[in-house]
Amino acid sequence: MWNYEKRLQYPVNITTPNAKIAKVIMSQYGGPDGEMGASMRYLSQRYVMPYKQCQATLTDIGTEELAHLEIVASIVHQLTRNLTAEQLEAEGFADYYVDHTAGIWPQAAGGVPFNACEFQSKGDPITDLFEDMAAEQKARTTYDNILRLVKDPEVCDPIRFLREREVVHFQRFGEALRVTQENLDSKNFYAFNPAFDKMGGDCPCRK
Amino acid sequence: MNDLMTQIYQYSFAVDDVLLYLDTHPDDQDALAYYQCMKDARETAVAAYECQFGPLTKDGVKDSADYWTWVNGPWPWEGGGSKCGTMRKGCSTR
Repeated sequence: MWNYEKRLQYPVNITTPNAKIAKVIMSQYGGPDGEMGASMRYLSQRYVMPYKQCQATLTDIGTEELAHLEIVASIVHQLTRNLTAEQLEAEGFADYYVDHTAGIWPQAAGGVPFNACEFQSKGDPITDLFEDMAAEQKARTTYDNILRLVKDPEVCDPIRFLREREVVHFQRFGEALRVTQENLDSKNFYAFNPAFDKMGGDCPCRK
Repeated sequence: MNDLMTQIYQYSFAVDDVLLYLDTHPDDQDALAYYQCMKDARETAVAAYECQFGPLTKDGVKDSADYWTWVNGPWPWEGGGSKCGTMRKGCSTR
């Protein structure tokens, strides 16, 4: 269950539209390392996660990612509103405009639609948590790349907030991985999959 | 952004951040106390804001018998979030 709060997690107030930069930032909405994949990744991985601290971490970071999705969408919306078709075309937005007008739709900067293959839910806590740590770093790199392209301080400000949260989430997932490993056999973390081999004794690798 | 909304942003962020820390450090007494302090401060600011400017969540809709105030803008993605709204009579911001 979720409850909506009528505010962003971090404010977005952009006064100068810029469709060119919107097309780049859009990648963090529906691109390969974007916030849609992030929220779906963590919220999907929760169900077979066996450790309560990790269940809480996946739930709460997954929830925060939904708020980040809303921040990115707000940035793209405010960068593309009140522009004419001619202005959108002049800023390289015609190919997006023809299919979506100025609506928000999940795609990568290069136009590739959002795809569930952009995240994994492998059903193995170690595998999933390493995926999550890598995902946070990939998102951080993407925000760093965006910050090299964007000069408008009204846009940079919320992007810097989002970038910083990737670093914090990476830290928390690292701690969740430590919690997971402390629950496993320190001589062989891979002896069994605690999300599947409930007694730890029926894994083929133990025979 | 008005002062109350600035407070809500700040206290809410403190809650969001310490929440994640507590998930992996559930027995950290300092963090538990900090969470409680920030949560209380946030609740006070939200109540004062909702009284003046309208609901932030559906639970914050006051007994508005004649109109469903939840639909009133601005919505968060529009920017300049807290410019609208008018002070209501009998509202305490303390």
